[in-house]
Amino acid sequence: MFGYMIKRLIQMVVVLWAVSVLVFVMMSFTGDPTFMMVPLDATDEQIAQARRILGLDESHLVQYWRFLSNMVQGDFGRSFVFRQPALTLILERLPATLEIVFLAMALALLVAIPLGVYAGANPGKPTSRAVMAGSLVGISLPGFWLGMVLIFVVAVKLQWLPSSGRGPTTEWFGLRVSFTSWEGFRHLILPAITLSIGTLAILMRIIRAEMVEVMKQDYIKFARAKGATAKGILFKHGLKNALIPLVTVFGLMLGDLIAFATLTETIFAWPGIGKLLVDSIYRGDRPVIVVYLMFVALMFVVVNFIVDVAYALIDPRIKIK
Amino acid sequence: MPRPDIATTPLLSVKGLRTWFHTFGGIVKAVDGVSFDVAPGEIMGLVGESGGGKSMIGFSIMGLIDPPGRIEAGSIEFEGRDLATLGEDEMRSIRGKEIAMIFQDPMTALNPLYTIGNQIEETLALHTMLSARERRMKAIEMLHKVGIPQPEQRLHHYPHQFSGGMRQRVVIAIAMIAQPRLLIADEPTTALDVTIQAQLLRLMRQQVVESGTSLVLITHDLAAVSQMADTIVVLYCGRIVERGPAEEIIARPRHPYTRGLIDSIPHESDVDGAKRRLSQIPGNVPDIRRLPPGCAFAPRCPRASELCRTQDPVLSERECVGDGSGPPRLHAIACHHPLTVSP
Repeated sequence: MFGYMIKRLIQMVVVLWAVSVLVFVMMSFTGDPTFMMVPLDATDEQIAQARRILGLDESHLVQYWRFLSNMVQGDFGRSFVFRQPALTLILERLPATLEIVFLAMALALLVAIPLGVYAGANPGKPTSRAVMAGSLVGISLPGFWLGMVLIFVVAVKLQWLPSSGRGPTTEWFGLRVSFTSWEGFRHLILPAITLSIGTLAILMRIIRAEMVEVMKQDYIKFARAKGATAKGILFKHGLKNALIPLVTVFGLMLGDLIAFATLTETIFAWPGIGKLLVDSIYRGDRPVIVVYLMFVALMFVVVNFIVDVAYALIDPRIKIK
Repeated sequence: MPRPDIATTPLLSVKGLRTWFHTFGGIVKAVDGVSFDVAPGEIMGLVGESGGGKSMIGFSIMGLIDPPGRIEAGSIEFEGRDLATLGEDEMRSIRGKEIAMIFQDPMTALNPLYTIGNQIEETLALHTMLSARERRMKAIEMLHKVGIPQPEQRLHHYPHQFSGGMRQRVVIAIAMIAQPRLLIADEPTTALDVTIQAQLLRLMRQQVVESGTSLVLITHDLAAVSQMADTIVVLYCGRIVERGPAEEIIARPRHPYTRGLIDSIPHESDVDGAKRRLSQIPGNVPDIRRLPPGCAFAPRCPRASELCRTQDPVLSERECVGDGSGPPRLHAIACHHPLTVSP
């Protein structure tokens, strides 16, 4: 286990370094942010001075070195726009994103597991076929379209739920969150549903496919021969064996949702990191984009690590080495 | 030897059982009009070649026939109830408690994600009111009985940490722990090493004799059955061709198919000196979806006549050539031209 942790740590450092190179190259060769910063009628001298302040007047190698050494010390630079440390900006917005992502994931699992298990255990039944057809629709629906339809129907026409913004927040272990108040929670619902539909559909199809395979196994028939209840057969003996591929996909999708909830956050004007990313791209706010990308890379490495540990917890035949 | 302790009222009485599979290629009559009785404590061998519908008899009794299969006709009377008509809930309370089953391949019959302790205790948790502590105690005791060393530690191990033979012992422990009245063993040793087969058969025999459980031993291994069983039922293409006391069937088979099976068992005498060419039954088991008219064995039978190819032989019973003691014992055969008994 200890050797495994060391290996994983080294792997993480390598991944993060590679991402830092990619990020730096992409940033350096896609336009000059100086022009976004200075007034339209700035003189050459003012432009040169702005460049110097931003540290863009030196060679790329020197810039990269400074970028890397600052980053190692935890300094990711200041946002050009907000004049605040970029890392603080991201961390401030992160709880908002995590809130809708976790709610969306919980929703997806809550619906996908029972439906997937049912459809997998009864593959021939018309209801199972209907469920599977429904999941195809879920996969095909573009999130932004679904979000707009939900806003139109639920928020505008029926006026049941608010259409945008985060609503009131409260302090919870030092984080600003919405779910603690009813009004805040109401704001969460529509973005979470929008986020969850695609994930839900994919998770359900995976659970179903795995369950179809698992239900053919001898140990399922042996469990039936023991007199196990239908619930015991499906969930104790069936689902647990179907979980391994599900955990992999679940991990990737969780990372994906946190990193790229961008569209949904934009539609619902949700002040999360996705919205921050889009705004920063528009404004050419380079440090924020950099922190964002580094954060996403780190998160995927961590999620993968958790997935590996989860494998070993589910399946005793898998040893962490 | 006939066992005097076997009672005459049957524990299980299967009558005219038909289990058919409705497939796209036609109806597969896996079990087609099979009748037999199993007395309390009796060991019955169900013998036949692969694809002869043997396993489906076991699964029919357990109520575990999956679509497209279905019990079309017949009754399975067990302690006064017809299992063929029971609902799923009632069957569930019988499975594992009254009737247990052992599967062919111990490598796949155990759930890889749970400790064997968990899997043994599950049977008790389903069918008894025992506390977790008592279940654990019983599981340890049972593992000890089936010959697993250090059961207290082994309880916490997973199936992949056991060898095939040890796993089958665990499977036997799971099947026997709720003290079922009837045990169905479906080719319990086929997947194991030859050296372990005899050990496990002995273990099974010991377990059922000690607890007075009846055993239906499904196998293609007539040699194994001849050493264990009280009664033998020989199946061919889903039908019974011969049925009777084990020693009678082995000593005086009357159906040419049974004769063929017995002749293809190597004898100990073959090893030393006198080399006998091992005989075999010519041809293969026919496609069960397209059985020939008349006797299904006719195409492979040396004694077949025109009558055999046109008319189904009926299973008819006659009294065994006994030693005069005990109740009369019946020997049934379905053959137009049975082998004559040399007295």
